[in-house]
Amino acid sequence: MNDKTPMNDKNRLPTKIPHIKSVETRYLEERETLFRGLKNLDRRSFLKVSTGAACAALAAGASNHFHSFLPVNVAYAGEGAAGPGFTFAYISDSHLYIKKTNERFVRQLLRAVDDVNKLDPQPDFVFYGGDLAQLGRKEELDLGAQILKSIKAPVHMMVGEHDWFYDLGSHWNELFGPENYSFEHKGVHFVVLMSVHEKDFWTPRNMTPEQRMHTVAGLDNAMQSAFEVGAPTREWLKKDLDKVPKSTPVIVFSHSPLYKLYRPWNFWTDDAEDVQAILQKFDRVTVLHGHTHQVLTNRIGNIQFHGMLSTAWPWPYAPQGMPALTVQMNRPNPFDSNDGLGDGEVIVHPDGLVDKLYNLWNRNPMQVKASYLSSGGKSDVPLAPTLASY
Amino acid sequence: MKHSHHSRSIRARALVAIAVVIGGAFGVAWAMTTGPHGAMPLDEQQTLLDKLLANPHAPPQGIDGIAWTTIYLPSGNEPTPDRIALGRKLYFDTRLSKDGTVACATCHDVSRGFTDRRSVSEGIKDQLGKRSSPTTMNAALLQSMFWDGRAPTLEDQAKLPILNPVEMGHPDPASAMAGIGTDPAYKDLFQKAYGRAPNYDDVGRAIASFERTLIFLDAPFDHYANGDAKAISPAAQRGLELFNGKARCVSCHMINSSNPLGTDNLFHNIGVSARKQNFEALAQKGLLAIQNNSDEKALDKLAIETDLAELGRFLVSRQRQDIGAFKTEQLRNVGLTAPYMHDGSLRTLWDVMDHYNKGGETNAYLDGGIEPLNLSEEEINDVVAFLFTLTDKRFTEQNEAAFREQQAQAAKQRPFRDNALAHRDMLPFEQRVMGQAGLK
Repeated sequence: MNDKTPMNDKNRLPTKIPHIKSVETRYLEERETLFRGLKNLDRRSFLKVSTGAACAALAAGASNHFHSFLPVNVAYAGEGAAGPGFTFAYISDSHLYIKKTNERFVRQLLRAVDDVNKLDPQPDFVFYGGDLAQLGRKEELDLGAQILKSIKAPVHMMVGEHDWFYDLGSHWNELFGPENYSFEHKGVHFVVLMSVHEKDFWTPRNMTPEQRMHTVAGLDNAMQSAFEVGAPTREWLKKDLDKVPKSTPVIVFSHSPLYKLYRPWNFWTDDAEDVQAILQKFDRVTVLHGHTHQVLTNRIGNIQFHGMLSTAWPWPYAPQGMPALTVQMNRPNPFDSNDGLGDGEVIVHPDGLVDKLYNLWNRNPMQVKASYLSSGGKSDVPLAPTLASY
Repeated sequence: MKHSHHSRSIRARALVAIAVVIGGAFGVAWAMTTGPHGAMPLDEQQTLLDKLLANPHAPPQGIDGIAWTTIYLPSGNEPTPDRIALGRKLYFDTRLSKDGTVACATCHDVSRGFTDRRSVSEGIKDQLGKRSSPTTMNAALLQSMFWDGRAPTLEDQAKLPILNPVEMGHPDPASAMAGIGTDPAYKDLFQKAYGRAPNYDDVGRAIASFERTLIFLDAPFDHYANGDAKAISPAAQRGLELFNGKARCVSCHMINSSNPLGTDNLFHNIGVSARKQNFEALAQKGLLAIQNNSDEKALDKLAIETDLAELGRFLVSRQRQDIGAFKTEQLRNVGLTAPYMHDGSLRTLWDVMDHYNKGGETNAYLDGGIEPLNLSEEEINDVVAFLFTLTDKRFTEQNEAAFREQQAQAAKQRPFRDNALAHRDMLPFEQRVMGQAGLK
């Protein structure tokens, strides 16, 4: 080959790789634009409300809230528009088998209960984020119920698909009551939503309960349909929220994320927009969800979204469609079976917006503040995890 | 009181053991007298060292020559015969301590696996420190020094015990140099080694140069790994299988030709500190001190004056994953370096296996890789047999005696054995959460 031959331009790599947006991203952008134009909330007035409340709280004085693992400065002294401000803790996604099959998951749920029982001061309540059981069996749910009974604070339960699809929720209902319910706490309206319904894929295929459960438990098993809240539950939600004034802060618990993140893993709620539309009328809405087993942060219009950590295993981050506001947690160390796992706390400000604390076992905790979300990621950016470098 | 009584009984036991142990090694005649603080008299240690290291100036065996010169030797302090000679003289010189009773070799005793066989070390005025003295054998290959890794190099490490009030007790470098700096023999040695008058930094450099000759990597395990199937017993071979598998040792103690010490050079909370009742309260105190923006000095003060030393690596890194975390120690010559762990609280390798078999000591900061192992008694015996094959062949007889001694001790007492936890009938955290009865 003659090395004086000029390089053929066609063989050159393009200097800039074109940015191709995924179907989901384009879809989300379109939907977001639609929402903005559609409803009552403009961004500027939203920001004014939330930063004002944060300033008021600071002026009232930041109290030193002592956490069993890390002291966190919490500005929640004094009364705000909604109420006095408070904290609650969460545990989620324990995926229990019976102890003989998998003692590690049992041990890890025990570790989380030990954590929340050691919180000083104690949280107002502990929220359980769903997927207590792995295959929805009675023994698994009973084991979980027995462990959760040792939590000192009151417990509020939510169902996950792993709890539900073996017997369509009947044993879970027996243990913990109805899937959908709401309650008031210190000026905040809490809603617990069953968001892991699926279209009936089992009857036409004549599946046994085991087969149905295993299909859903295989997260990326394409035989199942996407999660949805479904029309009846949406109706229930609408009715529940009818009498709640728009200035009341609303916190929604949902097992699936209530937005569309990544369909192949069912990090997805198919009727998310319909649910979001119902929540549009409120000034301040926070959604806390399980299922994704990771630090996950999003904001769509007036709604702030936070994921919950699992006590069983961490999921990797979706290869596309990640919300821009998510500061990712560390990549778990494969030799440390508790890494990337944990539990956490939610600090509810007097204005009803929340700071979310991820208590990652053996790592520094990550705190995602309401002000980070309210400012569209401009202020109070969460500290990325610290990893030793050499 | 209880603590010091405990350490005295260990010392008494160790002395008896040494009488049994060392007799035959290299045909050296051992006068079983002991010097201050229970160490072998320093001149006798030096005679033994001459036998162990026939040629201290040759490149060490067991490490790739290029790796040794490019990775392990620091630029600016390449070992020369003069530097090694100076360092050796300093290592055995009690003038480096305030009251003239403690040398490096007091707690890093050639006859005791280059450590002191005590749970925690004894310094001047019989003061006890808070941590167990690690061996200086192969320390040159470690990525950091001290149990909390606060010194990055041997040079830095060597200078600190001299100034520690409970160790060698000099108030400052000038005081440490007062005795040796005016000694004509030292003046000459410093001049030859570093081309200048005696000074404190060169004390650290010279001791480090000497310590880099203390490489002991010729163990039966190495011969087995190189293809001699008979180099270790069938029990030890089974132990190696367990080490790399069911017993999970290899997660942190990977040992191979490119990583000869068997340490990940990282820091883990395996729960040793958590045995002390106030550990979690201490952890909260430490976290609060950081929350209140305490400066380095304030934290160091806390570390020295309180039990905060039990928080280990956390005091250095200020990272939550390091609460109660201590360095993964090397496994080389581990049969010789009892008692074990940062506080010397485990007397035998059977105790060590019992500790790991039950998933460490449960605490809120426990490393997640530490979990119950469900090892049987036979399997524990096999892993221990394997661990004793990591001792350099120059110490074969001492190693065999240590094995017998530990075996006898373990037959009498296994204070850390907990079969309910080890075999997962009871889970870690279970009693803390569910109470005595545990899960139904």
